[in-house]
Amino acid sequence: MSAPASLDQVVPPRASGFNRFARAFTASRTAVVGLTLLAVVVLLALLAAWIAPQNPYDLTQLDILDGRMPPGSTSASGMTFWLGTDDQGRDMLSAILYGLRISLFVGVTSAVVAAAVGALLGLFAAYAGGRIESALMRLVDLQLSFPAILIALMILAFLGKGVLNVVLALVIVEWAAYARTARASALIESRKEYIEAARAMGASPWRILLRHLLPNCLTPLMVIATVQVARAIALEATLSFLGLGVPVTEPSLGMLIANGYQYMLSGKFWISFYPGLALLFTVIAINLVGDRLRDVLNPRGAS
Amino acid sequence: MSAWLLRRLLQAIFVVIAMTVIVFIGISVIGDPVETLISQDADQGERLRTIAAFGLDRPLWVQYLSFLNGAIHGDLGRSFVYNEPALQVILQRMPATLELAVAAMLLAIVIGIPLGLFAGVKPHSPVSKAIMTGSILGFSLPGFWVGLLLIMVFAVQLGWLPSGGRGETRALLGIQWSFLTLDGLQHMILPALNLALFKTSLVMRLVRAEAREIIPQDYIRTARAKGLSERAVVSRHLLKNIMIPVVTIVGLEFGSVIAFSVVTETIFSWPGMGKLIIESIHVLDRPMIVAYLMIIVLLFVAINLLVDCLYAVLDPRVRTSR
Repeated sequence: MSAPASLDQVVPPRASGFNRFARAFTASRTAVVGLTLLAVVVLLALLAAWIAPQNPYDLTQLDILDGRMPPGSTSASGMTFWLGTDDQGRDMLSAILYGLRISLFVGVTSAVVAAAVGALLGLFAAYAGGRIESALMRLVDLQLSFPAILIALMILAFLGKGVLNVVLALVIVEWAAYARTARASALIESRKEYIEAARAMGASPWRILLRHLLPNCLTPLMVIATVQVARAIALEATLSFLGLGVPVTEPSLGMLIANGYQYMLSGKFWISFYPGLALLFTVIAINLVGDRLRDVLNPRGAS
Repeated sequence: MSAWLLRRLLQAIFVVIAMTVIVFIGISVIGDPVETLISQDADQGERLRTIAAFGLDRPLWVQYLSFLNGAIHGDLGRSFVYNEPALQVILQRMPATLELAVAAMLLAIVIGIPLGLFAGVKPHSPVSKAIMTGSILGFSLPGFWVGLLLIMVFAVQLGWLPSGGRGETRALLGIQWSFLTLDGLQHMILPALNLALFKTSLVMRLVRAEAREIIPQDYIRTARAKGLSERAVVSRHLLKNIMIPVVTIVGLEFGSVIAFSVVTETIFSWPGMGKLIIESIHVLDRPMIVAYLMIIVLLFVAINLLVDCLYAVLDPRVRTSR
């Protein structure tokens, strides 16, 4: 057995790897802006219950007389509505903070579940080969040839509204992209010697898949997952806007925009405008971070 | 070639049949059709008679076969709402959607190609950087929200353009079109712009990437060396070679424009088939949902088949590799 000192030289300590990554990531100013924006958005969503001026779902706190007030107006009880109110007299700022929470929840949950399902199926396809592989990949090709919004629309037409139904629809829409990436990187990895070594040592197929292949395919999957969260949030908002997404009792940003749509024509823009702005910032922040992740983690894309 | 084509055709047919199964099972899951067909106070005997009359007492696979038989003969059921054959209602709405989609694609090309060319030919100009940033924005902006902003600015604040509807239409070949009248064109501008937003960014980036790839090549250098003006180099040598991939992508994206028109039509009350399907889903008009999905599936399978055949004609490697 070799001494620990010499082992340190071969395997660099974890922290330095992360430091190197952090340095490369922060070299781009737009990426830092994106990350900061994303951190703010996530914090606002997590702390919504404590920082929102009002609980937008507590009907006792709402006064219908405060309905459709423009930004900056003051209610009868002396509260200022910085972003105005909706038709129920709900403070838009509070509604946006709570809506952000639902949008992020739907986006992140669907991306994580889709990543797990897609990655496993992709790895399995690469490992199994033959008929199973070609059948799975045909399915992936087929699904990716249809626009995401159509597939989601179809599933929600069958299942009906609901937060979990939306998550399920998004998972079905998204899994194919992960499966394709996981298979592609697993095909490269499985030719390498450490897989052969594991096989020679008699490791079971599942062990090779989960303990050896999966960790080494994680990087490209993480890059895709970041972009997919943004796509999922935008798609959920679109579906909710069409009235097929989340129910009225749990309004996401898309639902809030839909609620303000009818008042837009009479010039009351704020009910739709500010939730849309929040949605835009969220999506752009995630995309900026995702772009940088791809540049840093993918050596081929580095320019 | 013919063997390849036959296999590809069989594949397409298999996909269509598989989708009919999925759609049929899916549609059988939602709600009980008996509830919508029979009044609340009907007695048990009447219930059973109605169920038998609509054939809902048969096993699911028999129901599926009779649905498939109808579908082959162009009968996808009667709409509960319009009380007309569902297929007919959709086909009536189709020209409006196609017209809007074509207008959006044209806008994407007319705006996207010059901007992309500029960014590709002069990559270090600040204008090019602005164009590229704009295209990122085009990808990130939620499409439906942009539609609302367009209405807010151009219809409500400025009052320049109408906020919805198709405007005045005129008949051509027995079909009503908006693009033949001034009023119709005015109604079309905002929804077409909205629908074109994403594709414009796509065309822009594609043209820029292609231009960056072609400009360093020898024939461009030769053209410049023999003293051709920059204008002639770009329009005759560069643009011509860029057009092939651009036309391919634009053709491929046509389906997704029709898909996204579901959103645009809802925002701008454009009476096409996208708005129709959303309304049908809300009132659970099952024959309508089925008919729309089947038409969309056929459309996409046809587009994919066409593109594959085009590739096979253009690139012999595709034929031999399968």
